[in-house]
Amino acid sequence: MRRAISIFLLIIVTVGISLSLAKIPFGVPKTKVGRHYINEGVKETGAANIVTSVVVNYRGFDTLGEVTVLFIAAIGLGAVLSTVSQKTARKVESASLVLYTGCRLLFPLILIFGTYIFIHGHLTPGGGFQGGAIIASGFLLIYLGCRERRINRVVSNLVESLGGLIFVVIGLLGLVFGGYFLLNFLPKGTANTLFSAGIIPIIYVAIGFKVGSELASIIDNLIEES
Amino acid sequence: MSFLADYIYYIGAFGLILIGLYIILVKHNLIKVIVGLGILDTGVNLFLISVGYIAKGTAPIFSRPGIDSEHMVDPVPQALVLTAIVIGVAVLALALSLAIRLYQHYGTLNLRKIREQRW
Repeated sequence: MRRAISIFLLIIVTVGISLSLAKIPFGVPKTKVGRHYINEGVKETGAANIVTSVVVNYRGFDTLGEVTVLFIAAIGLGAVLSTVSQKTARKVESASLVLYTGCRLLFPLILIFGTYIFIHGHLTPGGGFQGGAIIASGFLLIYLGCRERRINRVVSNLVESLGGLIFVVIGLLGLVFGGYFLLNFLPKGTANTLFSAGIIPIIYVAIGFKVGSELASIIDNLIEES
Repeated sequence: MSFLADYIYYIGAFGLILIGLYIILVKHNLIKVIVGLGILDTGVNLFLISVGYIAKGTAPIFSRPGIDSEHMVDPVPQALVLTAIVIGVAVLALALSLAIRLYQHYGTLNLRKIREQRW
């Protein structure tokens, strides 16, 4: 009965969606604002990567909201999992020598690669979110390989809070210097060089640290529980 | 056949969304419902990206001077999806933590057997 109702509902949804979808042509330009960002973005923000300039500069306030959503999800996960009454000491079976050595060898390289991704966010594909996810994957590798190791929760919380704080403080500095929140008040420099695009690299480095430490603490919480 | 060639990305994206919806509506195991949520999330992301695509498009990055900006794809959906992926991961982790607590409390993940979750 339930299955039949569900399939009926899905058929209605499919018909409605495909009728409206047939009116959206595929592969032609649709928004004027996207064209404006492509034509004027390098001049206005100084970042060679237009996606980055949309994320951090044109829609920086939106990104602040998304970072807050991520923060709340991490806090909620910690709150849900921390109410456990008895933490039984889990028996840890240590990994084999090959896995152990390989993880310890790869971990600094993964950290360097993640840092490279978020420092060069305004020049190449990548940025704070992607770099943070790569750094968190490095911590996941450490949890798989060196199983008795744990991240320092105080340090990870500190890095996370500092990242969010830097984002908000830079926005407020824009309010002080130019009159509106998240104004790009630093000199823009020449495009396609590392020190260009004003506040964009600073904000992306802050987001990179924040996302990396948040995802790492999520992994830590889930492994603690299992 | 040109209909299929024109709309193949839309069809794929909405195929993923419908599969995710079907799993959420029909399955009883909570882990499977969360997996369905992840599939739905992927379908929505794919749909947003394919709306922003422009024929013979390239990435909107001016990596060298004099690059042709005529065929660059729309950067706005890409910027939205970029953050949505990370948010999706965090929400998935939150849902999994709720599933862990539910299992500890009721001893089962079958939504049929949990009285408050039945519909």
